[in-house]
Amino acid sequence: MATLVYINSRNGLAKNSLEAVTYAKKLGSDVMVVTAGNADEATLATLGEYGASKVMADRSVETDDSQQLTRLIATAAEAVGADTIVFSHDFVAKSVASRLSVRLKAGLISGATDLPSGDSVKVNVFSGKAFGNVKISSGKKIISLLPNSIQPEAGGAACSVEDFNGNAGDSRIKLLETKKPEGEIPLPEAELVVSAGRGLKGPENWGMVEDLATSLGAATACSRPVADIGWRPHHEHVGQTGVAIRPNLYIAAGISGAIQHLAGVNGSKVIVVINTDPEAPFFKAADYGIVGDAFEVLPRLTQAVKNFKASN
Amino acid sequence: MKILVCISKSPDTTSKIAFTDGDTKFDENGVQYIVNPYDEWYALVRALELKEANGGTVTTITVGTAADDSVIRKALAIGADDAVRIDAEPTDAYFTAMQIAEHAKAGGYDLVLAGKETINYNGSQVGGMIAEAMDLPFISLASKMDVNGSTVTLETEILGGIQILEADMPLVISCAKGMAEQRIPNMRGIMAARTKPLNVIAPAAIEALTSYESYTLPEAKSACKMIDPENMDELVALLHNEAKVI
Repeated sequence: MATLVYINSRNGLAKNSLEAVTYAKKLGSDVMVVTAGNADEATLATLGEYGASKVMADRSVETDDSQQLTRLIATAAEAVGADTIVFSHDFVAKSVASRLSVRLKAGLISGATDLPSGDSVKVNVFSGKAFGNVKISSGKKIISLLPNSIQPEAGGAACSVEDFNGNAGDSRIKLLETKKPEGEIPLPEAELVVSAGRGLKGPENWGMVEDLATSLGAATACSRPVADIGWRPHHEHVGQTGVAIRPNLYIAAGISGAIQHLAGVNGSKVIVVINTDPEAPFFKAADYGIVGDAFEVLPRLTQAVKNFKASN
Repeated sequence: MKILVCISKSPDTTSKIAFTDGDTKFDENGVQYIVNPYDEWYALVRALELKEANGGTVTTITVGTAADDSVIRKALAIGADDAVRIDAEPTDAYFTAMQIAEHAKAGGYDLVLAGKETINYNGSQVGGMIAEAMDLPFISLASKMDVNGSTVTLETEILGGIQILEADMPLVISCAKGMAEQRIPNMRGIMAARTKPLNVIAPAAIEALTSYESYTLPEAKSACKMIDPENMDELVALLHNEAKVI
């Protein structure tokens, strides 16, 4: 039996892809990777270091269309005799893993946060307020792993990369346009995030948020009111109705920490809260708290980070 | 245009999350159920706007027991024309999606809309599963949707940006923030909802593929360490040495 991992390699290999391969390796079976992207052979071969025995690349699929990717992965699963398929739970996996579950009649665990324990896998439920332990009763299984749940582990050697025809067929969806701001770190992938809320008083004050983010190499985020009034773009909104993130470090300035905001960030490993109000509910969810004015604390913190980086 | 909107109930966003029966069941004690916000604010309201602009009907569909009827009536009060309830406990996403697909296949719907996820199980599974069972294209995480004749134009979230896509109906779409604004049902809507059709149908023979064995609550955070606002060097040192995140 084999474990098949689907990864998206259109823009090179993201960390969450390495996590998925590492996770698959820890499941114990032989690991095969299927990808539809244009990453070069040498790049794909490095997946061997994380545990893959072979990478199958279908370069004919140029979109993220869930119907095409489902056909491709089903063909690959059949070709290698996979009983388990692993995804990283990103935007693409969310639409493909569910389709594949129906096509293969394979139970799907979405949002896994850990390796299986006994016959169940831990997942995030209730918007991060609890965990569920899910068991799959079907013979074939699909696990979609939440990003930043395990660390990639390299150690093996490069593996072979083969051209693969996954019979993906045609897409019935036409891509008209892609809009991606250049040079920004995509929020769901960011390990460090600096976020701010209404406490910043206006969009013109975001320079100090960006300065801190730049000094750390972090992505920027915001609370819902800030996105709703148009101070910041909607894709930066983290929370219940925005993006849910799980960075290693989340720094929140001028955000009170309503339960809906916490739902989007409570998977963060370390939370730093900066707020003038010592009673702000966010302090209860924080690891480090600073009661102070963001307008003074943020530039000071930026300077401290710069000093630290200069001496390390 | 015929639109089917998948409606699930979820605990109110401020609900206290607790479990009973040896942590195997969600504790419903004192929990207020609402229409899952993604299903209501985005999928249902946008469906109603499209109907108002182009004509047609909006039907909601729910897999659930009679306990879900009050949530379904809320969706009718907001403006759906009629509702279907498949009379079964929604044991997992596969079971739920296959039940909905069985009904939708025979219904001749132009659009099948679902919220991007429920706020209790967060699986993002049902929409894609329905699409596969119906062999239809699936567009997920749509934040804008417009219909022109038989063509639908959508804006969707992708990693770090957005995409603009176009496809012909019929289609399955999962809806995210941006699609529409919340609507509060008015008294006329609430009165009308009482007499709108809520058709209860028997479930198809489908077996769930997954089950929740137990639940756990996250470990309580240790007390927040307060740092002097004048001393950010200390915070940086703690983040480096203690938290090891920078």
